[in-house]
This record gives sequence, C-alpha cells and structure tokens, in this order.
Amino acid sequence: MLSISPTYLLYYVPLIIAISLVFGATRHEDTHLILRHAWLTGRWITGFMGVIFVVLCFLDWMT
Amino acid sequence: MAPEENNTIAVDGQLVDLRNRHLAALLAWLIPGAGHLYQGRRTKGRLFFVCILSTWILGFALGGGHVVYASWQPGDKRWHYFLQAGVGAAALPALLQGYEMKRHTDPFTGETDRDYEPYWGGFMAPPFRPVMESEADEVAAWYARRGAGYEMGTWYTVIAGLLNILVIYDAYGGPLAVPISGRKREDEREEAAEKENRGPSD
Repeated sequence: MLSISPTYLLYYVPLIIAISLVFGATRHEDTHLILRHAWLTGRWITGFMGVIFVVLCFLDWMT
Repeated sequence: MAPEENNTIAVDGQLVDLRNRHLAALLAWLIPGAGHLYQGRRTKGRLFFVCILSTWILGFALGGGHVVYASWQPGDKRWHYFLQAGVGAAALPALLQGYEMKRHTDPFTGETDRDYEPYWGGFMAPPFRPVMESEADEVAAWYARRGAGYEMGTWYTVIAGLLNILVIYDAYGGPLAVPISGRKREDEREEAAEKENRGPSD
C-alpha cells in the first residue's frame, strides 16, 4: 500500500512538534494557552494529513 | 528606563514590553529566540531557540551537512537557501563559501579549479562546478549518499527558516491574531463554562 518504508513517517514527529509549538507560541503569551494552541494545531494538521492519506489509499485501491 | 507607551502591548491578560522592536527583530533573526530573551519573554525565547535550531540542525545532519549552501549558478539555483537563511547566523557561513566557490570557478568554462579546497572541510560549501541536471556531479553524489535524508534535510532546514519568520514577527509586533474561527470556538466554550458555573437560574 505504501510505496515507502513506514519508518519514513517518523520524520513527521519532530517536525509536527516544532511547528505546533512555534505556531502556539506566536499566537499567545500565556504558557498554558501556548500548549493548548500547539495541541490543537498538531491535531488539526495530523487529521488533515490523515484524511489526505486515506483519500490517496482509496484512490490507489480503486485503480 | 520606563517602557515606551507604543511598545507595550496587552496579550492574554499580560502586559508585554517589546522594548526596541527593531533590535528585537534583528536579534530574533540572528539567533532564534534571542529577540524574545532581550524583551524578557524568557519562556518563549527558550522554546523558539530549542524548536527552531533543533529542527534546523536535525535537517542539516539528515542531509549529511550539504543541504545548506548558497548558489545561483546555471543548473544549480539553490532557492531553498533564501528560506533556510531565515534562521540567521547559523546559515551565514554558506554566503562566504558561495562567494569563495564563485571566485574559484572559471566564468567562461564554468568549471571550478580542481585544486581549490573550501574552508572548514567544505562545511556549507556549494558543489564543485559544473552542476548539470541528470549528470553524475557532486549534487548527485550527495543525493545518492543520503537518499531520502537529503530531501528531508532540505525541507527541515527550509521549514525551520520559515518558522523563524513567524518568530521575527512576534518579536517585532507581538503575537499574531488568533483566527476568527478559533476565537469563536473559545468564546462558545467560555460561555458554556460560565453557564455551568452559574448553574440552573430558574
């Protein structure tokens, strides 16, 4: 199903952590709000990528 | 010295003195997080420093130390460098290496002097010329040696540079506005919490 090794997906982890934290911290000053915003950002991006992944898998299965 | 009226902003119920915002922005570019440390926003300063530089260094290591270089030659227009340079001082050695490589390359033949040895063992140095697409040049060798790591390393360093642009903005003008959709959801939550606290009124 995947044309690459699943271990390549590990590249995603440090990137999403850094991006989410920087996104959160550039929108808030309060640490609690920064962490909450980071969590929501990470969840949103992961969900979005997940949907794209499922769509691509489905298209692959169709062909 | 009392904080200047224009440079003090209120965010999340906190007053933030941006001090000299031009200097803060410059420091934020030079070293991610340094602008915030200068402004006394220590937690954010440390967070930016760790997140951005670790992403950048990780990318640099994944790419075998060859993903950051400054070159604008036929066949090798490294546009990624403009974005990678967002992290400031960490990417500056590439400019010197790029200049030296150009100086040691024949402008007519486009070939680098084979005896030339780049500084610091080739750290952030561009590839030897000529570089041509689909030819077995030095860039092709870097790709072959690192595989996907070269691509990933390039993207990590590019993303780190882009993230630092947000940080520079934050140092200059304070936090970006939360999108309207996010604010709405937050207001709804606060209203619901307030109602819960009040309990049934009738």
